[in-house]
Amino acid sequence: MFRNQYDTDVTTWSPAGRLFQVEYAMEAVKQGSAAIGLRSKTHVVLACVNKANSELSSHQKKIFKVDDHIGVAIAGLTADGRVLSRYMRSECINYNYTYESPLPVGRLVVQLADKAQVCTQRSWKRPYGVGLLVAGLDESGAHLYYNCPSGNYFEYQAFAIGSRSQAAKTYLERKFNNFTASSREDLIKDALIATRESLQGEKLRSSVCTIAVVGVGEPFHILDQETVQQLIDTFEIVREEETAPAEPEAAAEQDAATDQASGADQGGAGNQGGADQGGSPMDI
Amino acid sequence: MTKQHANWSPYDNNGGSCVAIAGSDYCVIAADTRMSTGYNILTRDYSKISHLAEKCVMASSGFQADVKALQKVLSARHLTYQHQHNKQMSCPAMAQLLSNTLYYKRFFPYYSFNVLGGLDSEGKGCVFTYDAVGSYERVGYSSQGSGSTLIMPFLDNQLKSPSPLLLPAQDAVTPLSEAEAVDLVKTVFASATERDIYTGDKVEIVILNAGGIHREFMDLRKTDAFTEECMFMIDLF
Repeated sequence: MFRNQYDTDVTTWSPAGRLFQVEYAMEAVKQGSAAIGLRSKTHVVLACVNKANSELSSHQKKIFKVDDHIGVAIAGLTADGRVLSRYMRSECINYNYTYESPLPVGRLVVQLADKAQVCTQRSWKRPYGVGLLVAGLDESGAHLYYNCPSGNYFEYQAFAIGSRSQAAKTYLERKFNNFTASSREDLIKDALIATRESLQGEKLRSSVCTIAVVGVGEPFHILDQETVQQLIDTFEIVREEETAPAEPEAAAEQDAATDQASGADQGGAGNQGGADQGGSPMDI
Repeated sequence: MTKQHANWSPYDNNGGSCVAIAGSDYCVIAADTRMSTGYNILTRDYSKISHLAEKCVMASSGFQADVKALQKVLSARHLTYQHQHNKQMSCPAMAQLLSNTLYYKRFFPYYSFNVLGGLDSEGKGCVFTYDAVGSYERVGYSSQGSGSTLIMPFLDNQLKSPSPLLLPAQDAVTPLSEAEAVDLVKTVFASATERDIYTGDKVEIVILNAGGIHREFMDLRKTDAFTEECMFMIDLF
């Protein structure tokens, strides 16, 4: 490809005024499995598709609790995401230590963005290969931000990143006008439906997705597998009443109706075999 | 040339007493709520007790500014621990952390005399007692602060702690029931209040057991016996 000439290091501009290394880093985000976020006036919901490498291995952790009022979902190089989560947690703790109040989300994302920018302007560094959906609550309300490897950040009503996120985004674009006034349950339901869109035909089970919620009076926490499976089962029943927008959906619907029972069993087995998530106050 | 001496001290003593007693499945931690400086009272309603982790409570007397700073440091470290380990710190782990934190400032110490109380990983009560620079020991009961010289001998008499030199090593928890231990604490504070001018007003009692955490207050004398007698004498009653 012609652009190979100017993509050797991050401190080289292309003649068209692009930094290819930064753009390649954003490609890495697109390769990661999907992460979705939506917000209402009082709650923010994060959802992600959790694919294990093989049946033998455990799932990648893609959602991290940063503080009681902030959580983050990542897509891309999860190792980079882990490191950035550690940074975010440390910033929240330090701010709280000094000011005895929670770090406003907007401040945190700016710090994160500045940290990412540094890596786009040092010849001995590389950009972080991870996109972060930061969900948080502060005095000015509920917020959802997307932090890019480029160092840019944007606030969103709803967004999806990672592979096959376009399907989720299409769904969110149709529905986002109602989100501000949504109840917590409806918001979670929309998150699950959006997740199902990015699974594209594959059956939505609690073993392949993770949901986390933060809201007014509700600290950030990840929902446990049983709760998620119950929610999926609840709206699967409702889904049969809704008009299915695409052909694969209709076919999948029929399958869902017949293997509802086996799906629940798989979910149950997944619960026992999956990672232990119950009980801990820091379900991160 | 005589050695120059400082014209101010970075420390002050805000007084107060702390007590902790470990039981077979509970732990009682108590401290009075009086904060003083010199011969004056700053407030009658100040908590010296900090709930560091789910099963770990610390009571500290001494210089309350240092106590507050110490509590904040431990609280922040506990959050980090939770992020890394996905669980709360156990009481023995917090005990070690407190010791390390205190020794970290060996050459400008926290003027804080602490007792740590809680439940260990087996659910048994545990009490750890400290000096200002982090030397600590697990015991069945302890007291620190201005009233400790009055309280400790009484606790020794009542709780008959086996000597640590005796073998085989004996369990460091009292056979008392929870209600008896709370009663003992109330008695002990009432006695200390009589003769220690820095102890009084109220005692805050925290009880940790399998059911969680429970807090109660008991009123203490606001003035000491000598002052009351003076007031009586000069007819200010």
